[in-house]
Amino acid sequence: EAVGILDVDLCGPSIPRMLSAGRPDVHQCDSGWVPVYTDAQKSLALMSIGFLMEDPDEAVVWRGPKKTALIGQFVSDVAWGELDVLLVDTPPGTSDEHLAVLENLKKHRVDGAVLVTTPQAVSTGDVRREITFCKKTGVRILGIIENMSGFVCPHCSECSNIFSKGGGEDLAKLTGSVFLGSVPLDPQLSTSMEEGKDFMQSFPESATFSAISSICATLLKSLND
Amino acid sequence: NISININLPKNCPGTQSEQAGKVSSCEGCPNQKLCASGATKAPDPAIAEIGEKLATVKHKILVLSGKGGVGKSTFSAHLAHALASDSTKEVALLDVDICGPSVPRIMGLEGEQVHQSGSGWSPVYVEDNLSVMSIGFLLSSPDDAVIWRGPKKNGMIKQFLRDVDWGDLDYLIVDTPPGTSDEHLSIVQYLSATNVDGAVIITTPQEVSLQDVRKEIRFCQKVKLPIIGVVENMSGFVCPKCKNTSQIFPPTSGGAEKMCADLDLPLLGKVPLDPRIARSCDEGRSFLNEIPDSPAAQAYQRIVQSIQEYCSNNETAQSTT
Repeated sequence: EAVGILDVDLCGPSIPRMLSAGRPDVHQCDSGWVPVYTDAQKSLALMSIGFLMEDPDEAVVWRGPKKTALIGQFVSDVAWGELDVLLVDTPPGTSDEHLAVLENLKKHRVDGAVLVTTPQAVSTGDVRREITFCKKTGVRILGIIENMSGFVCPHCSECSNIFSKGGGEDLAKLTGSVFLGSVPLDPQLSTSMEEGKDFMQSFPESATFSAISSICATLLKSLND
Repeated sequence: NISININLPKNCPGTQSEQAGKVSSCEGCPNQKLCASGATKAPDPAIAEIGEKLATVKHKILVLSGKGGVGKSTFSAHLAHALASDSTKEVALLDVDICGPSVPRIMGLEGEQVHQSGSGWSPVYVEDNLSVMSIGFLLSSPDDAVIWRGPKKNGMIKQFLRDVDWGDLDYLIVDTPPGTSDEHLSIVQYLSATNVDGAVIITTPQEVSLQDVRKEIRFCQKVKLPIIGVVENMSGFVCPKCKNTSQIFPPTSGGAEKMCADLDLPLLGKVPLDPRIARSCDEGRSFLNEIPDSPAAQAYQRIVQSIQEYCSNNETAQSTT
């Protein structure tokens, strides 16, 4: 599968670090901006404001209209090439970035949205509003994922529900959405993200790997249906 | 029912921008002539009004983070509770997370509504000396989405500062959404005719968090907002069964401690993960009351004390100038 990730979190772009893409230059070609590839096989193409900044600590202090304009360019002017899937990572909220992405993707087909929550009511409380956003903007909800779903102590195997329990599934039931699955808290996942390593390659025996794989399988199936 | 009178067109370039009143999205907007004349680029009269209105607020503290999900709202709420535990102090918490207002739930005020009186909007009181304002109180359903672009969010924030009858306050705490955008610029601009004590910045130990927090720190420096200090949340987890500590969010780049050392900023404290915190927040109760002897609550109390000391030093400094 040829996959692209478009990171529209302009104030807090995390994708470059998580995918070990560093700060390469973004080049222009005849068909637009060339995305940053994570490997020579070009299996994963990325675009993020993180690649456009000389100083990684520089703040992007932009109001809505400027954010909207750059996101428009990210969608229209990046030469993604042939992709099987384009993932768009968004910041929290239901504001400029979210509207900008949808408006610019209007002429293309948006298969849907995956909503991520943690188990707590404080989290699902906001995701309920995000669900309304999807319904109002006509975006199909592919499903809900519950992240940070429990922690299994590596010393004694006791499972602690640090961020409460069950909220994701309850939310799915409440709103008539598909519950895609839960992903546990996993220090190895955190570390992999920090170091830009591919967790799925490094820890295929882990419960976290199974959880993520199963969610992906369900998602791919619903995309292909 | 309070009607919010903000009617800005869909692709409003912003009333302060060069293009104000001049682009195609401005056609038909009742403000078009005003914007095109340049009048909107004059200083907003609301800034002076807010300056006057908040002259009776002794201390203003902003709670910021570059990153979402690090515990800003949890911190803001509990800072408010802790400061209000002194019954001689008047404390208020303003939630300017317009799209994701968590404060009502954390303060146990879900379903409360705001009332209007002659002197403006009344905030919602949790205790006699602790009041709260959030857009959450203006929404009729927990499913309501606030799908607003920047200009509309800014207008709401202006109203919160200018039109709420806060009364005389010792502390006004402002909880913000993650980022360095409209909400953050607006809160700083609208408070520019007042004294803001500073910002408390929340992070978790991970580099992915710190990366965004460094940007938030640059934002503060850019807008000349003093930084009271940094709080590292989710800093380790002690298993309730075997009592071993796990670093669930490993500080791969040295955590907040190293960042603060590098940037010469105070690390106000490190708060460990505790499942009872999430539970208290979901149930709208203060975990400082529920589990006062827990390491997390004790860490919070120490942090609050540092903030109080910072504020009283400010008071002394101001009264001697």
